Amino acid sequence: MAFPKSDSAAILARIREALRLSAPAPSVEAAPDAQSRRRWLPKVGPDYSEQIETFSAQASVLKAEFLRFPSFSAAREELASWARHEKWDRIATHAHPLTDGLLEGVEIPRFQVASGYDKLELEKCPVGLTACEALVAQTGSVLVSAVSSGGRALSILPPHHIVVATRDQLVPDLTAAFARVRATYGARLPGFLSFITGPSRTGDIERILVLGAHGPKRLSIFLIE
Amino acid sequence: MSASTLFQHDAKAAAANLPRRSFVRTALAGYMVKRKAAQDYFQDWQSARQAASEIKYEGVNHLDRYLEEFTRNAEARGTKVFWASNSEQARAYILELCRQKGVQSIVKSKTMTSEEIHLNEALEKEGYRVVESDLGEFIMQLRHETPYHFVLPCMHLQRDEISATFEKTLKSAPTRDPEELTAIARRFMRQEFCRADLGISGANFLVAETGMISITENEGNARLTTALPKIHVALVGIEKVLPKLEDLALFLPMLSATGTAQTLTGYNSLYGGPGQLGETDGPEEFHVILLDNHRTRLLADPEQRDALHCIRCGACLNVCPIFKNVGGHTYGTTYQGPIGSVITPHLRGLQDWKHLSGASSLCGACTETCPVKIDLHHHLLQNRRNAVAARPVWWEKLLFRGFSFVMRSPALYRLAGRLAPLGFALRRPVRNTPLDPLRPWTATREFPAPPPRTFQEIWKERARTQPTP
Amino acid sequence: MKVSLFIPCFVDQLFPQAAVSMVEVLERLGHQVDYPQGQTCCGQPPFNSGYWDEARAVAERTLRVFRDAEVVVGGSGSCATMFKVFYPELFHHTPLEAEAKALAAKTYEFSEFLVHKLGVTDVGARFEGKVTFHDGCHGLRELKLKQEPRQLLRNVRGLELIEMGEAETCCGFGGAFAVKFPAISTAMDEVKCNSIAETGADYVVSNDSSCLMQITGYLQRHQRPVKGLHLAEILASR
Repeated sequence: MAFPKSDSAAILARIREALRLSAPAPSVEAAPDAQSRRRWLPKVGPDYSEQIETFSAQASVLKAEFLRFPSFSAAREELASWARHEKWDRIATHAHPLTDGLLEGVEIPRFQVASGYDKLELEKCPVGLTACEALVAQTGSVLVSAVSSGGRALSILPPHHIVVATRDQLVPDLTAAFARVRATYGARLPGFLSFITGPSRTGDIERILVLGAHGPKRLSIFLIE
Repeated sequence: MSASTLFQHDAKAAAANLPRRSFVRTALAGYMVKRKAAQDYFQDWQSARQAASEIKYEGVNHLDRYLEEFTRNAEARGTKVFWASNSEQARAYILELCRQKGVQSIVKSKTMTSEEIHLNEALEKEGYRVVESDLGEFIMQLRHETPYHFVLPCMHLQRDEISATFEKTLKSAPTRDPEELTAIARRFMRQEFCRADLGISGANFLVAETGMISITENEGNARLTTALPKIHVALVGIEKVLPKLEDLALFLPMLSATGTAQTLTGYNSLYGGPGQLGETDGPEEFHVILLDNHRTRLLADPEQRDALHCIRCGACLNVCPIFKNVGGHTYGTTYQGPIGSVITPHLRGLQDWKHLSGASSLCGACTETCPVKIDLHHHLLQNRRNAVAARPVWWEKLLFRGFSFVMRSPALYRLAGRLAPLGFALRRPVRNTPLDPLRPWTATREFPAPPPRTFQEIWKERARTQPTP
Repeated sequence: MKVSLFIPCFVDQLFPQAAVSMVEVLERLGHQVDYPQGQTCCGQPPFNSGYWDEARAVAERTLRVFRDAEVVVGGSGSCATMFKVFYPELFHHTPLEAEAKALAAKTYEFSEFLVHKLGVTDVGARFEGKVTFHDGCHGLRELKLKQEPRQLLRNVRGLELIEMGEAETCCGFGGAFAVKFPAISTAMDEVKCNSIAETGADYVVSNDSSCLMQITGYLQRHQRPVKGLHLAEILASR
């Protein structure tokens, strides 16, 4: 048995044949300016304080927890208190200056996600801590990637996802988020990127909002300012 | 029974099911309220639509170039790209992959293209275990039913029905609590994600510039489907192309607004290859199957080519009065609603599926709501014209020839008007029987009583008694 | 201004009062109304069913009838749409294309004519009653008319205008659709009539007689007290 041959030649031939006839270009009803599409997308303020307000408001609507800390030590205290209160037996995380920084001196056993880790062990962890690429003000989103956030599974498998970010990571909108990723990685983009907008949710049962469908039920964003 | 006869039968049954209709209409009324808010969040929604239609126009009208660019960039990152002309080729590829890799358990995230090619049946026939991970799809799979709506697969079900399904198939305890019902599915699915050898997904967009696919979801099941198993296969229609990565900055918010009335959907993820060097996890293999399956036929119709701009948001279904009253299953095919009625004749045969284009009052609500400005309701009209041009219905042709003949002669028209009372008299003995030509109307509605004089008669009378100055 | 009226076949045969009212309103506003001889039908029935050759044959005749008209007012939203939107398409790439475009440019729907061409929103009408307005789909989505009928109705003395929730939802007529798919058509009719009932209005008004035929057909079968009237009939009331 062998794989069927990829039929690209036949498909491209059909496409080229079809495109010999031209279709009418979209009729102009609203006369859009050729400028940036930002003019049509939701408005975002120009400076940090306005953007952080927008992010905070979005996060609240999404039922994501957004906490601002003046320092790492303040954040560490909060995390340690959560660990005690929630009785976490361990915290899954990856090696990164921000995650290492947040966990420094905090007494919780860690499950370190590194190459070749055991997925079934990760599945048992009650909480996962990751860094991120950016926080997006316009939508209240967290942009994670396989490079910055410990791979693909860490930010989706444990039922509680905590993100640690710093103020320079706040960007106004999706366009800025893409620009930041390109600036960081150049031609070699990560193999996985994801805009996380609130905890996992479903409305499939009578349109009633339920959090924690398959992904995390709880999303907490720690911003170290 | 032909698809057309089945449609009439199912439509009648659905129209008579008042509780179901009421439930679906209430759900969609809720969507409309939230949709308006999501749209108002945009500074200029109409300009956004225009920009979106222009980007899609560019992509579809240079489809060969962008598919080649996508393939090049994807393969450079280790992705295997397979071009499938039809369902058979796509299924054969996946089956061969399963065979060669010793796959046993398969988990799927939502992909309508897999419905289109009847993938699940083919896999199950070969003994593979296939589980749908999207909650709505999962419920429908357990019920052995097809999705009711291609974005909201079980929107027509009430919680009791869902609980009954779980009780029967998963042996769970009965509950009316949506949180508990979701938890039942979550617990079950977690094991499936962890044990699956293969994850099959679809994609909302193919980003040509970076060789990545983009998947939009709320639950996180697509992320899990594509993160944990060793092999990830994405089945994607060729028309899903977007030229540039930054195009997503427009399309992701628009898809969210029209699809689920959200600012942004829960997870919008980009996949650029298998697990890359230096990344801690990710599949060992990533395959993208580009599916034609008669999309090139639609491409070859310049009048209706823009139907390929569709981003499968489902908004046209949500505003369609036909969909609201007959429901998704009545359409009897993978894609329901206005877009389904437009494209199914192209994908599955004009003569067999023209009735979907006929089952519309052409109200235009679909065209008005479409985020990429597809001229949906006019395409339904064009399908009707094309069907008639290829194969007119003999008695209809006769009827309209007769109509045209009468209407081209004012004298004949007046005569026909004067003969109408005679027609009514002749009708009396067969009134409300299958022989009554007015029966399709009078079975449920009163027909207006003819007035004493027509307007032409009134005007003539007036002209006689009040000569013009 | 000499206003040429196009009165569609079914208005002529079944709802002549709507046409009579249009004439009355226009004459009261001081215009000469012409009803060109020999008009019959715009061709929409064969057109909507896909029989464009037959539709074109009827439309050709209608083009000729209105060739010399200065301005044309269509007696229903759907017929005005036929002239304005579909005739140019029907005659595309034929010798009559220019003429079809000319007719499209000088055709108005009734409320559109009053408000936009004549600049009139108050015709001096009086009508006591609670009224709700149904937006015919052609007028609403093809001709983009929404405020025009409402502006006119709001200036009618004694009239109370109440909006229904499903004002913009199709009533289910759709031409042949109403008899080809009667179960669906009636379901849509039911939704519309229930929405009308919720307003407590005594009258449902529309600028399309075919919609009114569909709506009143259901209302009468179910013995609902609500009456249907064409917009022109309200505007002609004193």
